Amino acid sequence: MIGVFKRLKMWSPRPLKKTYDVVIIGAGVHGLATAYELARRGVRNIAVLERYYIGAGSSGRNTAIIRSNYRTPEGVAFYDQSVKIYEKMSVDLDMNVMFSQRGHLTFAHTEQAIAGLRVRAEINQLTGVDSRVIYPSEIARLAPAVDLSSRPRFPVLAALYHPPGGIIRHDAVVWAYARAASRLGVDIHPFTTVTGINHGGGVVTGVDTSRGAIGAGTVVNSTAGWASTIAAMVGLRLPIVSHPLQALVTEPLKPFLDPVLVSATLNVYVSQTDRGELVIGAEIDPYSSYSNRSTLPFMEASAAHVLELLPSISSVKVLRQWAGVCDMTPDYSPIMGFVPGLKGFVLDVGWGTYGFKAGPISGRCIAELIHTGVTPDLIKPFSITRFASGEMLGEKAAAAVSH
Amino acid sequence: MSFLLPCPQCGPRDVYEFRYGGEAQRRPAPGSPRSTWTAYLYDRTNAAGVEDAWWYHRLGCKRWFRAVRDTRDNTVLKSTAPTVPPRDANDPPGD
Ligand SMILES: Cc1cc2nc3c(=O)[nH]c(=O)nc-3n(C[C@H](O)[C@H](O)[C@H](O)COP(=O)(O)OP(=O)(O)OC[C@H]3O[C@@H](n4cnc5c(N)ncnc54)[C@H](O)[C@@H]3O)c2cc1C
Ligand SMILES: [Zn+2]
Repeated sequence: MIGVFKRLKMWSPRPLKKTYDVVIIGAGVHGLATAYELARRGVRNIAVLERYYIGAGSSGRNTAIIRSNYRTPEGVAFYDQSVKIYEKMSVDLDMNVMFSQRGHLTFAHTEQAIAGLRVRAEINQLTGVDSRVIYPSEIARLAPAVDLSSRPRFPVLAALYHPPGGIIRHDAVVWAYARAASRLGVDIHPFTTVTGINHGGGVVTGVDTSRGAIGAGTVVNSTAGWASTIAAMVGLRLPIVSHPLQALVTEPLKPFLDPVLVSATLNVYVSQTDRGELVIGAEIDPYSSYSNRSTLPFMEASAAHVLELLPSISSVKVLRQWAGVCDMTPDYSPIMGFVPGLKGFVLDVGWGTYGFKAGPISGRCIAELIHTGVTPDLIKPFSITRFASGEMLGEKAAAAVSH
Repeated sequence: MSFLLPCPQCGPRDVYEFRYGGEAQRRPAPGSPRSTWTAYLYDRTNAAGVEDAWWYHRLGCKRWFRAVRDTRDNTVLKSTAPTVPPRDANDPPGD
């Protein structure tokens, strides 16, 4: 009984060593999952360096949607593996991450959009992912609060229904990985900014930080919105532009909305958390920026648009709004793997507005890549070389607004 | 963060009146190797700091111009009308 009240540290501060086998830059879900998976493989001497606090980036700012109903076969197969890890995470990492698989609805407001959803449903089903197109009678059963009348300017005609999709407690995921990694001996160093990367002759040898130089056999760039700034330290330009993405939360209400609702036409999505708050978001701000400040136009537009779907919430108050920085790629797919001609540098970037859900499988694959030196099949299509070879993985139709 | 962007023709306007046209780059010479074109098409500096970019005043004079801005806090340092006219209103001109 007494044990219940014992204060257990989530992770232990340890001294900063002069060298590590693997230095991971960025303590978001990607960096921490990679560290944990490496440690599980028996790799020792790993450090995660974080400029601010753990989860200071988008991993602590996202709207926590987990799903795998993407558009490309490569994307669907990849994200599906992450959903499977999330399903067992509370047990595996011994932390209640509150993964709530309440279903996910992507609305179509035009005939063309229905055709697009049908394509996705087919690709999803061929990959073994539960996903199908449904029509207003079934939408009404799943989400009675949605206005399915002909009143809105863009009435709802159909939806892509993805039952395993849902939301999660994103902070718990980040902390679960931090704790698990720390227990396996990973050094986590918050408030340690990487200021340079030491390299020569096509080999990376370490990093400079605000706390001194550190030698490293492998350096992983998992800094999401700041990925270009880290890549610049080795003279690399990435096919990435950083854009802000905003979200807002309302006061808590009685549970009335089960599935996650997404409308690209209305540029809005909404879910109700287990606490009862409505989490509302949109697509990225339409210009590059590293600013974490949110805007009034975002709140005004999102409020107006969500009322097209849920007119009954017109008097609900907004509690807070915020922004994060997203590393957008031209095809809305991530960039993972080695960089040709630069030994010891690993990319896990381009996570845009959709990367939280990918953290677990990405961490597992990047750890395998570092440990074995071989790129796992699951992430081969996401190589940085795909832009030169014209093998892009267009996910914009399945990832813009839906994230 | 919302901010005012000074259009060289119309003066300071809400950033939502504009379309962002990406960072200014130099178009490669015709016949450049494929790797040069790939880099031009996809790779970006994406500076966390001062960026020189194209903007299009879609809800105003409908002209392209360049603005130098600090992307960390969106302070606009300078905006100038291009000296070379754009070929097409939907396309930012080359350098
Ligand atoms: C509003 C919003 C909503 C979103 N909604 C969803 C969603 O519903 N579903 C989904 O799957 N995804 C969503 N995303 C995207 C998702 O949050 C990100 O893709 C994901 O969290 C990226 O994780 P990460 O670990 O790669 O990066 P981050 O969590 O951003 O971590 C990167 C870390 O690197 C650190 N860093 C940067 N530079 C340095 C340096 N020089 N030295 C040391 N450390 C440095 C940063 O401080 C940061 O903590 C959303 C994002 C936002 C902003
Ligand atoms: Zn103008």
